[in-house]
Amino acid sequence: MLAMNYRGPYRVRTVERPMPEILHPEDAIVRVTRTCICGSDLHLYHGMVPDTRIGSTFGHEFTGIIEEVGPLVTNVKVGDQVLVPFNIACGKCNFCKQGLYGNCHESNTMATAVGGIFGYSHTAGGFDGGQAEYVRVPYANVGPTVIPPDMDPDDAVLLTDVVPTGYQAAEMGGIKEGDTVVVFGAGPIGIMAARCAWFFGPSRVIIIDHVDYRLEFAKNYAKCEAYNFKSMADPVVFLKKITDWYGADVCIDCVGCEAEGNTLQTFTGKVTLMQAGTATALQWAINSVKKGGIVSVVGVYGPPFNYVPIGNILNKGITLRANQASVKRLLPRLIDHVQSGRLNPKGLITHRVPLEEISEAYRIFSSKLDECIKTVLIPSTKP
Amino acid sequence: MNNQNQDYKNIPGWGMDIDPDNEPTYPIKNYTGDDHNRSNYEKSAQQPITVELLKSTERPQPSVVFGTSAPPSGLSGAIRRYAFKHSEDRYRHWIPLILADRVNAWEGIIDDFKKGTIPNIIKERGWKSELRHNPVGMIGKAALALTVGTLVIKHFCKRK
Repeated sequence: MLAMNYRGPYRVRTVERPMPEILHPEDAIVRVTRTCICGSDLHLYHGMVPDTRIGSTFGHEFTGIIEEVGPLVTNVKVGDQVLVPFNIACGKCNFCKQGLYGNCHESNTMATAVGGIFGYSHTAGGFDGGQAEYVRVPYANVGPTVIPPDMDPDDAVLLTDVVPTGYQAAEMGGIKEGDTVVVFGAGPIGIMAARCAWFFGPSRVIIIDHVDYRLEFAKNYAKCEAYNFKSMADPVVFLKKITDWYGADVCIDCVGCEAEGNTLQTFTGKVTLMQAGTATALQWAINSVKKGGIVSVVGVYGPPFNYVPIGNILNKGITLRANQASVKRLLPRLIDHVQSGRLNPKGLITHRVPLEEISEAYRIFSSKLDECIKTVLIPSTKP
Repeated sequence: MNNQNQDYKNIPGWGMDIDPDNEPTYPIKNYTGDDHNRSNYEKSAQQPITVELLKSTERPQPSVVFGTSAPPSGLSGAIRRYAFKHSEDRYRHWIPLILADRVNAWEGIIDDFKKGTIPNIIKERGWKSELRHNPVGMIGKAALALTVGTLVIKHFCKRK
């Protein structure tokens, strides 16, 4: 079968690999019909995530058809069309039982700080991902969810990560009616977080980025205010000023470890790797939120450490909330939002690329070429 | 030495102000109290360990399932084995892993040559798309790389 193959920073290709096998009685093998490149895949692609091994296959956003199931799989059957949450969750540990499906304790041997994630380095369990024609899906009784027959497959694939992560980013913000919400980052997750923020009743949603075409897209898609931080002398002062010198009620970091905009953060985080990537967006979020406000973090950071103004969290009484999205918990609500027409996930998709052209697809997304927002890869095995 | 107070429920006022709704992770976490059972929960059968599996020192057993892709090998594998002797709290865990990743990239190139494959780095890096959509930027980057390369070579030639 054809699969994406990581060869080192900024180098990927497709190769023929052996078919995945059932390795556990609760496994399934899924024939991939659609798979996406996520913004967090770029952290792997750029060599920012420790223990990303050569020969790995990335991809944690995919839909497919169940090809084979292990003897203990009862919730899905061969032929079912499923969307597969990016978290690998057992459904039995104390974390899964309490809805923390992104924190499963039985899906990652290599690290305790993160649950298993498809195709997201050995730090997240060493599982091959869905940027392939076939993929092994552990705990098939828990994660894979049958796609409603009337759902557009492009909407379904975005329900595996982008929509739940964006929604949870807003949910964790504890947004109250009339609040002002600032979202840092106008990538797919940031745009979705801005769109989903409206579900919680704010009066203003503001998005901040430095790429004009993305800001324009966000303004139209998420019906929010959009500002380019490169046009500001100081983004924190700008945000204070436009919130009556008070600060936002809620700030959401949808950027993570490759943020631009602060020379010291860039030098220490990207150039010298003295911290786990740049924490510029998180720094701005902490400094832009009001006293007693909430900062919600879904941007991905590496495991070691980052320079953030922790003293301001204390002195301003900020509540910091973060987690990998609990996709399974959120799916019923989000499927309802999509089927009712309130959410249009597929509206984010700008590029459709055959799996064979994966190296070009990564470059286009990574370099923000051709006004790319979201790329879907289509394997040739798609029916 | 165990300093745990076994009689804590008799401390005056113990538990008087418990508010079950005051859960900072609400609504993400549906608090059930299962956390107090610690690691005593029902588990599925263990996936057979058929490849070398590096385990975090912060857990006693491997997780029930795990990925089998790219087991450690070569020099990078040796570095990874060293890294996994240290907990996730230590830099001597993470820094060697980053080093191992870089070594592994070179091992991949050597492995390609051993198999008679010349890695097509231009294709792997997607430069065709960069040239198509950002020709000015691409030429600028190439010119910068050429200038820096020339200066470095000149510098070392002078020293000799």
